[in-house]
Amino acid sequence: MTSGTVILLTGILCAMACALPGTFLILRRMAMMTDAISHAILPGLVFGYWLAGSANLIVGAVGATAAAILTVTLVEALQRTRRVRGAEAMGIVFPAMFALGTILISRYFANVHLDTDAILYGNIEFSAFERLVWSGRDLGPQSLWVMSILLFINITTLTLLYKELKISTFDPELAQSLGFSPVLIHYLLMLLLSVTTVGAFTAVGAILVVALVIVPAATAYLLTDRLIEMMVGSALIGALAAIGGYWLAMGIDSSIAGGIVTMAGAFFGLALLFSPNQGLVAQRHRARLNKQRFALDLLVMHLFTHERTADEYSESSLGHIGAALHWSPDEAMRTIQRASDRGMVVHANGNVVLTEQGRHYVQRLSVMNRVQVQ
Amino acid sequence: MRQPSLHPIDERAAVTVHDLTVAYRDDPVLWDVDLSIPTGTLTAIIGPNGAGKSTLMKAILGLVPMAAGTVEIFGHTSELQRKLVGYVPQRGSVDWQFPTDALDVVTMGTYGQLGWIRRPGKAEKQRAMDALEQMGMADFAHRQISQLSGGQQQRVFLARALVQDAQLYFMDEPFVGVDARTEAAIIDLLKNLRDRGKTVVVVHHDLDSAPHYFDHVVLLNVQKIASGPMATTFTTENLERTYGAGKAMTREAVS
Repeated sequence: MTSGTVILLTGILCAMACALPGTFLILRRMAMMTDAISHAILPGLVFGYWLAGSANLIVGAVGATAAAILTVTLVEALQRTRRVRGAEAMGIVFPAMFALGTILISRYFANVHLDTDAILYGNIEFSAFERLVWSGRDLGPQSLWVMSILLFINITTLTLLYKELKISTFDPELAQSLGFSPVLIHYLLMLLLSVTTVGAFTAVGAILVVALVIVPAATAYLLTDRLIEMMVGSALIGALAAIGGYWLAMGIDSSIAGGIVTMAGAFFGLALLFSPNQGLVAQRHRARLNKQRFALDLLVMHLFTHERTADEYSESSLGHIGAALHWSPDEAMRTIQRASDRGMVVHANGNVVLTEQGRHYVQRLSVMNRVQVQ
Repeated sequence: MRQPSLHPIDERAAVTVHDLTVAYRDDPVLWDVDLSIPTGTLTAIIGPNGAGKSTLMKAILGLVPMAAGTVEIFGHTSELQRKLVGYVPQRGSVDWQFPTDALDVVTMGTYGQLGWIRRPGKAEKQRAMDALEQMGMADFAHRQISQLSGGQQQRVFLARALVQDAQLYFMDEPFVGVDARTEAAIIDLLKNLRDRGKTVVVVHHDLDSAPHYFDHVVLLNVQKIASGPMATTFTTENLERTYGAGKAMTREAVS
């Protein structure tokens, strides 16, 4: 395997593993907990390395996971005091944990080999060179092992507990009344998130990992209204971001983690603009169609009301219609044109007259309205 | 005004509450409540805002911690009787933007019988579909839940309670924000459940409709004011004690 293939595979596996739990974090409105956890693992990592006497992967991971759980617990304890609210509690806990980590590094563990840059920005560039060696045998790149195991853990857990996660996210009270413990499920999800963050930060660093958890899931949320599609979609979007980001970084010779997250952000932007249902463009288009339809309704209703009355002639003159319905001459002409294209009106000699088809349309319109009010 | 029930009322009480006190940070929202809800009744819990109506329901279900007292459902703790109890929370208590459809929400009613890990299969989906059908919602089975009207959302919630196939149902303000047709459909359902020997307890706040819809009533204002058959309990005097004098004077004609 070439070094490039290892990097690309590591990126894909890492992005997919991160994106999966992201779905539930988005739906539970706890996206920023990822940020808190990814920063707060630093002291746990340092402490683990110090205990092991070297940058031992497993001890570091256990320490970091413990720190992550501690962070979640502290944030929630702080929220329960009701003296600080949700996001503020995170804003207080995680910088404190991170600061503790930096003090530990500089003051006590300066002799432990710790690459701060790698912790903050990841070192996916070197993933081909860090080998997993077991009793003298080279088992291949360590990052591939870590990310594969991570992805396996996440797929297994989320598949097994899909129903439990769904019900306790949608309706925690019903979940509890049916005998599922939403509290237990919450902590399981937090444990999963902690393990994911710890595993992924070696590749993309503590700062960018939050983007891989949140952005693909947020993108998928814009594209579908089915939970299962949102989960699978977020993993696919994560994988695409990893591939695109890798090529972006190669092309402009820059950070690969940065490239992956930039691509994820670009995908989100595209979905926000062009999602068929929820995208801004589709929304704008629907709004314009609605406005046109409403203008058409106004016009035919106005003509219908004054039909066969004494002022029918003056009310149906081109000039009067614009003034009465608050339209500019341009708008008035466009709407009249649209109505006449649909055969609802004919206009001649400066006056607009309803056709039989137009009358029929108005009658249906007023019946529809009455039904909708009820 | 009370229709005699078609079924003889079970001697056992569906719900027995003794000395129940619930407090939020040392503030009692329910104070020393004693009551019993007979099996096979359609019971309304009525009281002013902040009277603790929803809290009483949640305490009976074991969803909020009790500061004091005991709750029994058919003679045992609610923990043991979980499978006999169906719950319809307030419609506003969930996020209707959640990415799912009506059928899926109703299928959640089967999760309790499935237990941990096991997935709903064809049989569960079919039961959910039947319940939707019964609530007149079959055509909306695959509609995204945010695109349902308030009344339709409430029917989905009731269909979900139906598939729980419980003996005792708790419903928190099912009539809030629904159209007249849904209200009629809900009341039909409630009476149908009662006539099949089920017990239904409903948090209700409309005094005008209460005597027409329910045969039993619990009047609550932090403490229990009165409870018993509608005809003898829903009196002007008791309502005045629940809501304060003056407020309930207009009730004379009804009770």
